[in-house]
Amino acid sequence: MPASPRPQPQSVADLFWSFTRLALQGFGGVLAIVQHEMVEKKQWLTREEFIEDWAVAQILPGPNVVNLSLMIGDRYFGLRGALAALAGMLTFPLLIVLALAAIFAGISDSGGVAGALRGMGAVAAGLIAATGLKLAGALQKNVMGTLLCWLLAALTFIAIAVLRVPLVWVLLTIGGAACIWAYRQLGRYRVLGGDS
Amino acid sequence: MIVTMTLGDWLALLTHFLSLSLLSIGGAITTAPDMHRYLVDQRHWLSDAQFTSSIALAQAAPGPNVLFIALLGWNIGMNAGGNHWPYAALGVLLAMIGILVPSTTLTFAAARWGHQNRELRAVRAFKQGMAPIVIALLIATGWILASSQGSTIKSWPLWLLTAVTALLVWRTRIHMLWLLAAGGLLGWFGWI
Repeated sequence: MPASPRPQPQSVADLFWSFTRLALQGFGGVLAIVQHEMVEKKQWLTREEFIEDWAVAQILPGPNVVNLSLMIGDRYFGLRGALAALAGMLTFPLLIVLALAAIFAGISDSGGVAGALRGMGAVAAGLIAATGLKLAGALQKNVMGTLLCWLLAALTFIAIAVLRVPLVWVLLTIGGAACIWAYRQLGRYRVLGGDS
Repeated sequence: MIVTMTLGDWLALLTHFLSLSLLSIGGAITTAPDMHRYLVDQRHWLSDAQFTSSIALAQAAPGPNVLFIALLGWNIGMNAGGNHWPYAALGVLLAMIGILVPSTTLTFAAARWGHQNRELRAVRAFKQGMAPIVIALLIATGWILASSQGSTIKSWPLWLLTAVTALLVWRTRIHMLWLLAAGGLLGWFGWI
């Protein structure tokens, strides 16, 4: 593949403001925006890299998007980058949410505001689901094969959304089995020389 | 609501969040039940309404949902300091340091190790194996959020809005902020 220069953050300040900008667009959760900005607009990450990083951010304790911003920042500018991305993700949203708390202290129960929050909540739910649907295309390149991937995804969805199994158990059982299978498959590829 | 907090109580507040940080797999919200048990039921530092509205407001406001922790700290500080904001700021600081420092330190170290060893077969297997699960978790999160708006026949407009949003964002390049604004307006006028 020809080595085209990959887009990446120009400086620590660029990281800070990029994460500030995307955090401020994230009503009802930031993940959908992170995917859109990092993968589709800025192209700092490919779709596959995003899923890999998201898997790590998800399995480690702590807020997922905070973990993810920390990881992306660290990759480009080390500890300084990690702290800049983290600060960008938290500083302005924190100030805004505190200001809102002060303003809405009395009126959050009024009809109009409650209705608007309800409507935005419904949209936010759709945004997150769409992020998953968009990333699903990357499964075609997965070493486990597309069919098994869809089966694992369906099992996970049922366990979490329908049966409401705690996340830890889903990660340990379905996730553990998938990792073991992927480990096996990676070994077979290597033997066949099909690994790139 | 007015509460009295000693220095030891402030320290206990910090320790409570520190101890939950490493348990918050899947986000700080997964430890919310335990926070409610401790802060509202056991210590009476917060009212039930303050707890619930902190979560709702942080979800509606821009930024990561973990900011509900900041709001919990803010409200506790306000209750303890007779509505003086320096106390509220102290509450925010202790709560956010507590919930973030242990988990971000671990993430920083573990992610760095994983990136440096990304060619290891075990690391690649982890990432490949987790991919379908992570994708399903996103769709499931959307489903759970949508379910929280109710599953009665009356809530069908909200479900429709969620489904249309998912379809538009998946298939078109429409900007998400337009959709959020539209959802807000529809709700404001009571059409959904």
